[in-house]
Amino acid sequence: MASKFKAVSEKDRCVACGVCVKVCPKGAISIYKGCYSVVDEDICIGCGICERNCPVGVIHKIPR
Amino acid sequence: MAKPTKKHWSDYLWIVSATYFTLGFFNIVFAWLGVICFLIPLLMAIFGGGKGYCNNYCGRGQLFLQIGNTLKWSRKKVAPRWLSSKWFRNGFLVFFMFFFIQMIILTVSVAKGVNSLHETIHLLWTFDVPWHWAYPTAVEPWVAQFAFGLYGIMLTSLIVGVILTVVYRPRTWCVFCPMGNMTQMICKLKNK
Repeated sequence: MASKFKAVSEKDRCVACGVCVKVCPKGAISIYKGCYSVVDEDICIGCGICERNCPVGVIHKIPR
Repeated sequence: MAKPTKKHWSDYLWIVSATYFTLGFFNIVFAWLGVICFLIPLLMAIFGGGKGYCNNYCGRGQLFLQIGNTLKWSRKKVAPRWLSSKWFRNGFLVFFMFFFIQMIILTVSVAKGVNSLHETIHLLWTFDVPWHWAYPTAVEPWVAQFAFGLYGIMLTSLIVGVILTVVYRPRTWCVFCPMGNMTQMICKLKNK
């Protein structure tokens, strides 16, 4: 996937609500054992939808 | 808005939540069903379900999404950083527990006959709002007292959550939700 961007999550501030998991069009995000969100960089297309929906503001779209 | 992935039955639990709040207007005894919202998330977190409740089954969270995304009643601004700080989240949990325990104490005192039944609901930790119309058939006074108490807690969190949805993003309540905080703590402790 030749996207110039990817999403990263700040795991220490994430509240693990799961909003990002639900909005991700690629199913690239999961909640690791109820603790924090994890983005699978290989699947992520860097669309930024998770960043716009995260109520905490802990997911960021960054250049690869 | 994001293109939603295939809808699952659990994506409609906001209807259950809306029904819960509606029923409480007519008969307060239905407020007892709210105990489910306290027990299931904790049991799921303890028995390996992680934050499955928050992630998939929380009807209230879905209600905020409906209000913010479907009705578009949300500014979609990210909440201030202090709202997700450990201090605020844990402080709010303590604050919440204080009122929860107070509600249990009142229920016990009514059961013992020390206090009479208060047919009011305590809203936003401040106001005692008359709610007697929602008590059409008498039950055990302590059963009714617990229902009034729990409904007040539930309605308070709904009001705060809706305000936060409008001002910030849907599910901003989840940032410091006491149940969400407790279940995350359990999950973190289990996976240390």
